[in-house]
Amino acid sequence: MNPTLTDIIRDGLWNNNPGLVQLLGLCPLLAISGTMVNAIGLGIATTLTLLLSNVLVSMIRRHARPEIRIPVYVLIIASIVTAIELAMNAWFHGLFLILGIFIPLIVTNCAIIGRAEAFASRNSVPRAALDGLMMGLGFTGVLIALGALREILGQGTLMDNAHLLFGEWGHNLTIQIYPSEHGFLLALLPPGAFMAMGLLIAAKNWIDQHTATEPEPTAEESRAEASETS
Amino acid sequence: MRFRTESSPHVIPAHSVGGVMQQVLMALVPGTLAMTWFFGWGVLVNVLLGVLFAVAFEAAMVAARKRPVMATLADNSAIVTGWLFALAIPPLAPFWVTLIGIAFAIIVAKHLYGGLGYNPFNPAMVGYVVVLVSFPREMALWPAATTLPESPLTLLQSLQTVLTGSLPGTQEWDAVTRATPLDAMREGLVSGRTVGEITASPLFGTFTETGWEWVGNFFLLGGLYLLFRRVIHWHIPVAVILGVAIPAGFFWLLDPDSFASPAFHVFSGAVIIGAFFIATDPVSASTTPLGRILYGAGIGVLIFVIRTWGGYPDAVAFAVLLMNMVAPTLDHLTRPRIFGRTRGGPPPGDGHA
Repeated sequence: MNPTLTDIIRDGLWNNNPGLVQLLGLCPLLAISGTMVNAIGLGIATTLTLLLSNVLVSMIRRHARPEIRIPVYVLIIASIVTAIELAMNAWFHGLFLILGIFIPLIVTNCAIIGRAEAFASRNSVPRAALDGLMMGLGFTGVLIALGALREILGQGTLMDNAHLLFGEWGHNLTIQIYPSEHGFLLALLPPGAFMAMGLLIAAKNWIDQHTATEPEPTAEESRAEASETS
Repeated sequence: MRFRTESSPHVIPAHSVGGVMQQVLMALVPGTLAMTWFFGWGVLVNVLLGVLFAVAFEAAMVAARKRPVMATLADNSAIVTGWLFALAIPPLAPFWVTLIGIAFAIIVAKHLYGGLGYNPFNPAMVGYVVVLVSFPREMALWPAATTLPESPLTLLQSLQTVLTGSLPGTQEWDAVTRATPLDAMREGLVSGRTVGEITASPLFGTFTETGWEWVGNFFLLGGLYLLFRRVIHWHIPVAVILGVAIPAGFFWLLDPDSFASPAFHVFSGAVIIGAFFIATDPVSASTTPLGRILYGAGIGVLIFVIRTWGGYPDAVAFAVLLMNMVAPTLDHLTRPRIFGRTRGGPPPGDGHA
């Protein structure tokens, strides 16, 4: 029942990744991953929210009555998201304008309330903090992979608009991989997001299958075993 | 005299999959030749490339899925997919449009769903929609409809254009390409002109542009051949054409200045080839008689609705894909009554029989 710290890290980043395995928070994941910079921006905001909400929920876990815990979590998450939204509006205004409604919508990201309910409300503060950070990084990783894939296919660049996130020197970060007049427009559209996400999930499952220490018996083998024993 | 006792099955299907697809390919020939006559050698070049890519991707995917390659290729379905895709795109579209479209058609729409017989969507139309939304500039390169001897490009020049993506010599795209009748109608109506003013331009013949009319007629010929050979049934094509013509006729009677005539709608763009060759795909279409009629009518109405109020000049591919989603439900809701039972009766094999 009590996962070790390594388990928490591995769960968040890979085994129980919120994007690839739990499939939580797909709405911002698919809507905002059009370019890598958007993805990084939303990923950082979500990670911060997860970290802070997990810490706060864990701190009040002995005080909040179980009957009203969900509204309490929602209030906590909403306050944190509001603070982050104001901060982004102040310091990353260009990015804030692009991400638009999806920053306040972090509130509705099921991954956050899911971690509050499933993990933070049952674990100590440091463990909840680690879990929030790792889940956030896992989510950010998927966002960045998706953003990079779609940006390269869709407009042939990488880190376009990076100055919105890193200031003026960010202009140097933009990489033009191929001339963008032949960009694959579908990759930037919602169907492209779903397809790229499907490919990422397939890739993760493929990696899992090929790195399993003990290969699980295939359907035919287990059926053969069953018929031998019967 | 010897009476042979044969074991079942006693009724052998008249067509194998490969045989059916072969009939479809034969039926596509007249329309394809007509298109080549009016739109130049690029049509043939694209059909050749499309079939080549489709067979190559099919072979690669079948091999990757560890299935018998030659036996699968013998069902000819990849050839039909490649051919239909090539007819849907503009004749002078560069080769990589075909490559990407066919890759999506065969790899994503067909084999990721389990191969022939398991694909819920028509593969050729998935490929076409992918390139249509991704490369709007390349997908607008329809040449003016002339006759082959007057075509501005020879066979070799067409091949060069398709392979390099740029016209040979000093020719300009603007001189070679022209708006299709559907484009012209759409643009004209949007800019406030009446149907009468638009069709008065030399572009239009009796119903729509002369070339397009004849291409439609020759695809109709092929479609009638398929009907005659019982490869397809009448329900879907008739329902598609009526599904376009009836709403188009209704609005045309209401306001003939702002709505094109039903004949224009039926003979423009891809309605005829769509009704006989694309909507009748045995895998992704509905299979019960009533289901087929509803499926076809849905495609027809959607074509008219998207053409008239939607964002694209033609809509056969979108309409077919949307109705593909509905086909399983239609099949479920329109199951024919089992002989000897009431419609709401118990399922077979529950002891009441």
